[in-house]
Amino acid sequence: MKITIEIDGQKIEVEKNTTIIAAADKAGIPIPRFCYHKKLSIAANCRMCLVDVEKFNKPLPACATQVADGMKVSTTSKIATEAQQSVMEFLLINHPLDCPICDQGGECELQDTAVAFGSGQTRYKEEKRVVFNKNIGPLISTDMTRCIQCTRCVRFLQEVGGMMELGMVGRGEHSEITAYVDRSIQSELSGNIIDLCPVGALTSKPFRYKARTWELIRRPTLAHHDSLGSPLEAHIKQNKVIRMLPREDEAINECWISDRDRFSYEGLNNEDRLQVPMIKEKGQWKESDWETALTLIGEKLKDILDQHGPEALGILISPQSTIEEGILAKKISKTLKSPHIDHRIRQSDFSIEHEASPWLGSHIDAIGQFDQYLLIGSNIRNEQPLLTSRIRKSVNQGASLFVINSIDADPLMTVAEKMIQTSHKLPHTLAKVLKSMTEIKGVLKKDIKFIKADIEKIKTDKVSDAIAQHLMKNVLAGKKNNTSILLGQIAQEHPDYSTIYKLAFEISKLSQATFGVLPIFANSVGLHAVNVLPEKGGLNAYEMLEKKLKAYVLLNIEPQLDASNAQLMQDAIVSSDFTVALSTYNSKYLKNANVILPVSPFTESSGTIVNMEGRVQSYTAVTQSLGQSRPAWKVLRVLANHLDLKDFDYESSADVKEAHLKSKNQFLSKELSNSIEITSDYKIRITKPKQFSRIGEIHQYCIDPIVRRAPSLQTAIQKSKAFAKLNPIDMKSLKLKVNDKIQVTQGKQSTILIVIEDVSIPEGSIYIPSGIDDTANLANNYGDVTVKKITARSGS
Amino acid sequence: MVKQIDIIKPSKIFPNQDLVCLRTMVHDDPGSIDTYLKIGGYEQLKQILKKKTKPEAILAELKTSGLRGRGGAGFPTAIKWSFMSRDYDGMKYLVCNSDEGEPGTFKDRDILRYNPHQLIEGMLIAAYVMGTRVGYNYIHGEIWREYELFEKALDEARDHGFLGENILGSDFSFDLFAVHGYGAYICGEETALIESIEGKKGQPRYKPPFPATYGIYGKPTNVNNTETFASVPWILEHGGQAFQDLGVENSGGVKLFSVSGHVEKPGNYEIKMGTPFSELLNMAGGIWHRRKLKAVIPGGPSTAVVPAALIENATMDYDGLQKIGSSLGAGSVIIMDDSTCMVSALKRLSYFFYEESCGQCTPCREGTGWVYRVIKRIVDGKGTREDLELLTDVSKKISGRTICALGDAAATPVLSFIKHFRPEFEYFIQHGHSMVNTK
Amino acid sequence: MIHADDIKLIDKELKKFPDNQKQSAVISALRIVQTRHGWLSKEHISDIAHYLGMPEIAVMEVATFYNMFNLEPKGKYQITVCTNISCMLRNSDEIVQHLEKKLGISFGEVSKDKKFSLKEGECMGACGSAPLCLINNHTMHEYLTTEKIDQLLASLK
Ligand SMILES: Cc1cc2nc3c(=O)[nH]c(=O)nc-3n(C[C@H](O)[C@H](O)[C@H](O)COP(=O)(O)O)c2cc1C
Ligand code: SF4
Ligand code: FES
Repeated sequence: MKITIEIDGQKIEVEKNTTIIAAADKAGIPIPRFCYHKKLSIAANCRMCLVDVEKFNKPLPACATQVADGMKVSTTSKIATEAQQSVMEFLLINHPLDCPICDQGGECELQDTAVAFGSGQTRYKEEKRVVFNKNIGPLISTDMTRCIQCTRCVRFLQEVGGMMELGMVGRGEHSEITAYVDRSIQSELSGNIIDLCPVGALTSKPFRYKARTWELIRRPTLAHHDSLGSPLEAHIKQNKVIRMLPREDEAINECWISDRDRFSYEGLNNEDRLQVPMIKEKGQWKESDWETALTLIGEKLKDILDQHGPEALGILISPQSTIEEGILAKKISKTLKSPHIDHRIRQSDFSIEHEASPWLGSHIDAIGQFDQYLLIGSNIRNEQPLLTSRIRKSVNQGASLFVINSIDADPLMTVAEKMIQTSHKLPHTLAKVLKSMTEIKGVLKKDIKFIKADIEKIKTDKVSDAIAQHLMKNVLAGKKNNTSILLGQIAQEHPDYSTIYKLAFEISKLSQATFGVLPIFANSVGLHAVNVLPEKGGLNAYEMLEKKLKAYVLLNIEPQLDASNAQLMQDAIVSSDFTVALSTYNSKYLKNANVILPVSPFTESSGTIVNMEGRVQSYTAVTQSLGQSRPAWKVLRVLANHLDLKDFDYESSADVKEAHLKSKNQFLSKELSNSIEITSDYKIRITKPKQFSRIGEIHQYCIDPIVRRAPSLQTAIQKSKAFAKLNPIDMKSLKLKVNDKIQVTQGKQSTILIVIEDVSIPEGSIYIPSGIDDTANLANNYGDVTVKKITARSGS
Repeated sequence: MVKQIDIIKPSKIFPNQDLVCLRTMVHDDPGSIDTYLKIGGYEQLKQILKKKTKPEAILAELKTSGLRGRGGAGFPTAIKWSFMSRDYDGMKYLVCNSDEGEPGTFKDRDILRYNPHQLIEGMLIAAYVMGTRVGYNYIHGEIWREYELFEKALDEARDHGFLGENILGSDFSFDLFAVHGYGAYICGEETALIESIEGKKGQPRYKPPFPATYGIYGKPTNVNNTETFASVPWILEHGGQAFQDLGVENSGGVKLFSVSGHVEKPGNYEIKMGTPFSELLNMAGGIWHRRKLKAVIPGGPSTAVVPAALIENATMDYDGLQKIGSSLGAGSVIIMDDSTCMVSALKRLSYFFYEESCGQCTPCREGTGWVYRVIKRIVDGKGTREDLELLTDVSKKISGRTICALGDAAATPVLSFIKHFRPEFEYFIQHGHSMVNTK
Repeated sequence: MIHADDIKLIDKELKKFPDNQKQSAVISALRIVQTRHGWLSKEHISDIAHYLGMPEIAVMEVATFYNMFNLEPKGKYQITVCTNISCMLRNSDEIVQHLEKKLGISFGEVSKDKKFSLKEGECMGACGSAPLCLINNHTMHEYLTTEKIDQLLASLK
């Protein structure tokens, strides 16, 4: 319902339940504030927003006062201005006026408000309060004397982050914001409290003292580390990105970004950035120039193709590559008639391959509005740090979350029902739910393609029944089922992904739920849409490595860290005759390649990515390319020239997009469908590991070459990164103690890890992370592993 | 062990009929359930349950009685109870506020130790009227013995079937628990108290929403002071009119006055509303050491101090004290004789508010500290001429701009002390020491 | 580790609140544990947090908000003297001075033999019997005089 109110004489129509401050914000009438934030609960503690409301004998906080029809508000009357000035004076008495050395200087809400609403001089002659700083980890720096106790940071971590990591301890004037006993903040969204802090109490540690804010050039760009595609603002000094901040887009990131998107820029400036082409001659790496390197590549590849035919070449591109890069790579492979090209480097089961686009199935803002969620194979906080907060908000407001997974990861929100089973049983667990659904009266079984004889054998249980009931209740009542079923990264990387997909798809059909995939990478959806996939008869990313081709072209891949099977990729490259890597970094994992070409990261390049909801977003470079590195789309184009291929005369990345991306809409829609046609009955493959199933999850700060080189993020996880984790029961049966060393073996290689006990790992599984040096020689991320305790003697 | 000396019994001074909340005190073992039953205790509850009295009828009696909240704000109790929705069928809570911690206030403590069952019966009746299923009595942290006594009283009441499921065979169920504070004056503020019951810091909530719609765990909750609840059984027994008649217009009934400070016999006096101040002072044995009255804080530090000349002819009721620029508050009468240094007294009071500010809102958190430091500076002999204006100005800037009334409470003493005793402050600033020859 | 007897006491407090509102018992839990140990260490706070399923920082907030919790070790007998207005008017200062002299410590300090500590208290809601003090948050002594203080100290073994 709309009502009319008046602020400063201006009539405004607003919704009935809004607050004065929200109404004023909409109308563009400034009301000063510190504690209020439109995305957080209302604290009304700073008292800065006091306004004069007719018929009240004292000023009221605009942030906490709901509008009423006919209400007359003044933000500039004597009552209001006196209130604002006095609050400002109170705030400043204990605030160190250290703006000249404060990192917040120039972008400080307190400073700005003081100028606009303060009185200019202080009458406070007593000693100012001093508050000791806290060490809350490598990302956020504290200057607690500057804190004005607005509690935005406390509320953010509790409400959006899902875990109360900061609190205001003490009382009265002695209140201070702190974590528990100098504990580091764990939230993957923690950096947002830097933006939220209206003063310079919480600032970015990596950015500290790097620049004064007015020296910075600000340019828009896009986040590249998950498939949200959050709009970012890069802050540049001397051609270097030295800070990343969110740009606000209600439909994508609201006003937040994940820590990964905020702090990974540090990796851009890493010292192993490759600045010139490198050629390996007689086992020795030599610096080269572009002409020499490209000529060499042209000749070598032509040779191999001449000798062995076009099937000798495989092209693997990183799923973070732009669609322009994807299009050019695909065009090269097509023109060469080489059918082997793929971007799904962490996937290992491809049987549903071309049909289904790995997209969300709905818009991002719709994700926060379901009544029920079923998450399958997803450690969602790790995979989709920011998207998770939308689901969390919804769950906090009463939506139900069901989880089927092979680790019992805490999503920091209430889980209504969960089924946690060792990873090889994931399809089986899902089948239980399907079976439970078919046991509900009124559900038609005949459409299910899952082999009937098999489903008869499956035993349902209380939880699968409960989940089935929840999923079906609206459908059976003839109502719309407002449920979202989502497949996460663990599902997508699972050796039986297609079975999982089919089961989940059938479940969502039966329950009329919205079905979607949580795409892992920045451009998983886009590269799928422009068909950077093997041609008919071509090999997928896994087979290309299994088949050991003569030549590989790799785009922005660090072989052993980015693969679904590190050993396999390593072997394939070693055995190839010629491997070209286009890479931003001079990675030790590229030592077996033959030529490395320096390509620019996204901040130095232009292009287009398509996010999880199919939103097409283009961006341009925010800095110049470092050294001789060049945008990958340019390198691919020139490479095509060196391969004597025709029709590669694009002037810009925009040209490539213009020529090849059929849809000109803001959202891809026709190109996106996650429906599949299940043509024949299917069954569950019964695999039983010899000893353990590996959960080879990759930590969000290890997901790509840039993040892996961001020192502050790495420091944040350094203590927890390289552990193997086992269920207490398995620990016991192997006679292991916490911090014992174990030897884990996959295929022909093994590595030694420290083991810790973790109840979130189901019996029969072992958690061995991928994407880190310590496990870069192991095989399938979700395959079989054998584990041996290292005794003191054998270890030393 | 040092033997505790019992408080002076008002029974010695007063005819019984005026005793309401402390009426058990004319008996031996006043706090026991036997004593309470002997004087007709729990009879009102029994009658209500037997006759299935309509809540409206009880509310009407309460309205006639003129009972106003005894916690300090003086809000009419009948109206407050009618705010609780009767139709709401979810959980609702009832809370008794026994967190008295405002300097000079110690009346609820005597109810807890000398007449806890009357409080319990009052709460039972309130629960019946408002349809609340569970109640809590939040007891001030420093009075552990009273907490234990009250727990014991609860056990007795439970044993007699007055608490729990289907009380006395009716379909009315109510359970009551004691909750112990642990040293935070602010938890007397009703929303801070609610936060505290939820296991949080006692930081007041912004209102609205009021507890009647959003209280404990977000459920409708009614909060009343101990004395308010304890008055209810008497009112139902004798009728609302009888209670009203004890007092004066606008201030029905009797009230407990906690008299402390420079009197011969400090203690609680339960007297008719409208009793002249001089009479109360007499009961308390007059000013000690035959000194002269200088000033009185009549309702606790959150009410304005008044000089002797003003209060000598005042009556002790809401209007009577308002007339002389102060208020009844919780009836905490702090008496100061002519040896009192008003500057030092104000220093102590402002230290209290500074210490007890919960710290969430800016004017109170920053302002109370500022005020205290300036007064301390004056007492340390380093005051300046601008300081009195500064104190007045800062106090006014706290007032009316905070989440809860502690901000206003902190400003009141500063403004009233300076208003009435300005020369004394000026003297102190000028000479660097007090005008009063303390000892 | 919370002492088994204390667990029983905490469980008793928990019964006062709905099952899903364990946090409501946190003040009691802190009181119970402090009563046994005289103060609350970081470990005590963590233990209570785990027992009640609360974030540790939330327990810390409570422990630091309420005056009667000690976050540092105190003397075997902690004497809290109210110095607020009503007590002050009845010479609580004298009581404080006497205590300070006899114990050789001031407010906030612990005696060398760790037997006593002194603390300044705010209003205890018992001003009618001023001046007064509280021993270990539990036992109140009223109508104090310097002689009574002497007796009291002598009785504390
Ligand atoms: C700072 C502050 C302290 C208070 N302390 C008490 C108290 O100790 N006891 C009390 O009953 N009310 C106290 N109150 C008033 C309560 O908020 C509330 O109004 C009262 O408990 C309602 O009960 P009544 O209507 O029966 O008076 C206090 C209010 C404020 C602002
Ligand atoms: S006025 Fe003071 S005590 Fe009341 S909420 Fe504000 S800071 Fe807390
Ligand atoms: S913005 Fe309204 S009180 Fe802080």
